[in-house]
Amino acid sequence: MLQIKNLHASIGEKPILRGIDLTVPEGQIHAIMGPNGSGKSTLSYVLSGRAEFTVTAGEVLFDGLALLDMPAEARAQAGLFLAFQAPVELPGVGNANFLRTAVNAVRRARGEPELDAAQFLKAARAEAKRLQMPDDMLKRNVNVGFSGGEKKRNEVLQMTMLRPKLAILDETDSGLDIDALKIVGDGVNALRSEKFSALVITHHQRLLDHIVPDAVHVLAHGRIVRSGGADLARALEAQGYAQVIAEAA
Amino acid sequence: MAPNSAAGFLARYDGLTRRLPGDMARRQEAADILRSFGLPTRRDEAWKYTSLAALDEAHFHEPLTEASGFAAEIEPELAGFADLPRLVFVQGRLDSAQSRLPETAAVHGFAQTADFGVLARPDRDRLVALNTMLAEDGAIIEVPADADAGTLLLVSLGTDMHGTPTAFHPRHAIRLAAGAKLTLIEIFEGKGTYLHNPVTEIVVGTGAKLTHIRLQNESMAAFHLATLYADIAAGAAYEAFTLSIGGQMVRTEIHAHLHGAAGHAALNAAQLLRGTQHSDFTTVVSHDAPGCTSRQTVKHVLAGKSRGVFQGKIEVARAAQKTDGYQMNQALLLTPDAEIDCKPQLEIYADDVKCSHGATVGALDPEQLFYMASRGIPGEDARAILVRAFLAEALDVIENEAARALLDQVIESWWRDAP
Repeated sequence: MLQIKNLHASIGEKPILRGIDLTVPEGQIHAIMGPNGSGKSTLSYVLSGRAEFTVTAGEVLFDGLALLDMPAEARAQAGLFLAFQAPVELPGVGNANFLRTAVNAVRRARGEPELDAAQFLKAARAEAKRLQMPDDMLKRNVNVGFSGGEKKRNEVLQMTMLRPKLAILDETDSGLDIDALKIVGDGVNALRSEKFSALVITHHQRLLDHIVPDAVHVLAHGRIVRSGGADLARALEAQGYAQVIAEAA
Repeated sequence: MAPNSAAGFLARYDGLTRRLPGDMARRQEAADILRSFGLPTRRDEAWKYTSLAALDEAHFHEPLTEASGFAAEIEPELAGFADLPRLVFVQGRLDSAQSRLPETAAVHGFAQTADFGVLARPDRDRLVALNTMLAEDGAIIEVPADADAGTLLLVSLGTDMHGTPTAFHPRHAIRLAAGAKLTLIEIFEGKGTYLHNPVTEIVVGTGAKLTHIRLQNESMAAFHLATLYADIAAGAAYEAFTLSIGGQMVRTEIHAHLHGAAGHAALNAAQLLRGTQHSDFTTVVSHDAPGCTSRQTVKHVLAGKSRGVFQGKIEVARAAQKTDGYQMNQALLLTPDAEIDCKPQLEIYADDVKCSHGATVGALDPEQLFYMASRGIPGEDARAILVRAFLAEALDVIENEAARALLDQVIESWWRDAP
């Protein structure tokens, strides 16, 4: 589903990603762990097409498409989703309208019929309920006045409604209490199928107790320094990054 | 010819004198003012940001031919108002065939009554002088005491004459007696190059309420120079919203005089400009009585090399204690070459008042655009959504649903045509 080959990227003159090789097969969930400043968020932004980063080398294939040649909206339409670490507020833009615009933009690009307001609202309300979101969250402005946990749930709601082939969750666990963590984990697990892949970026093992990954990769200094199974996350938690990175070097 | 000499207009006046209705002494006085002082230039403080130099080059002519076929063309746009009474002006003249008079309000033609009113004075304002000199027709709308006159449409259409620029100077008056109510939806549209120079006198009597929604959607080649003087009595409300979207050179100048206790004036506006359009929204709110409120939210969305101007003056007289005045001017610059000029002015002589004003200028937020793109929303749609969100605060005060729908539709199509 996702093949990253020798990916180098920088912001301004500063190199952040220094040769990432990573493959996420269809239907698998991979975790990326690493200390602050290792390039985790940069990887998620480069994959989703944020303009501030310059790719200096490498290529990325997403479902057979040359991902790096596509503008951000085309990547989303092709089935890539990024759950933001810090979801952006859109004052004056209603959450339901925003979500419906996104869903229909994606459906249009995929050649599917658009949802009318009633069809959309019915589906969105059902998902919001599953995520235990208060009813008025669809009526409020996008992420405006949302608590940290509400913002993250709103990301998962968007993800569920957009039905991506590959979701990148960028520290979706940060700012979540234990209950919210479980709700978000259940939300992701509900999407699990042989057609759905995910890249779960996290500092901590705890999200991976809910979303058990097929593989865990350790990112340090812009490179994957170690890969392993779900037990690698537990080893990291027990030993700390420094030792694992030192062992890998 | 010196710039802004008004010579072309004076020559036209000399040729028309016998045809013009009403008090010739008044017109002569206006002509003398223009002969002595010309039209305003950028050396005039109030015209610092807006130049009328281009007026001199256009050589406007008297509109001679009837162009009433035009009225039918904009019919689809007015579908939301199908059942409403309407006054249609073509080239500044009332087109009776296209008009349907209201039941509750009395309407007279300026061509018959030459009712200049008392508020707009040539000696204070040279665009009023220009209008006073050349006004031929206009709508004099009067709502009797305690009557609710519902909603009335005032449609003004302008065109050139086979490529020759025209000029017209309608003189309107809207007067509400005590306790009366009216919603006036004013729509300006046109084709080709012309000068539309309306002057409107507005009188809102004690406890009366006038809601005035103005859609300035003139031809992109048009000059639109509108001046409004509103007198607001005790407990009365004048709530105006202007959407300025058409015209190459536009100035809307509104004077609101709160002369009775607990009066209210709202002078809200949005301007959407592109290309080389220039649009100036200038307001003067005079608080002359205690306990009055005034509100102004003015939003500019500027693309291309367009230029938006907002000048807003709030005057609070010594007697106007407990004044509550608010003014906010916000501009969204969509391109590096767009420009906004903003001049707020507060003149406060009372000591117990609450007056606030603010201004912001910014571009669309790249982070918001990326967030929307990452949800599959194409850039054009994302920008449109953010612009609508920016405008929402100014537009949300409009309660009339049909008017709101029309404005939304105009904004939507502006967006489709924008650069």
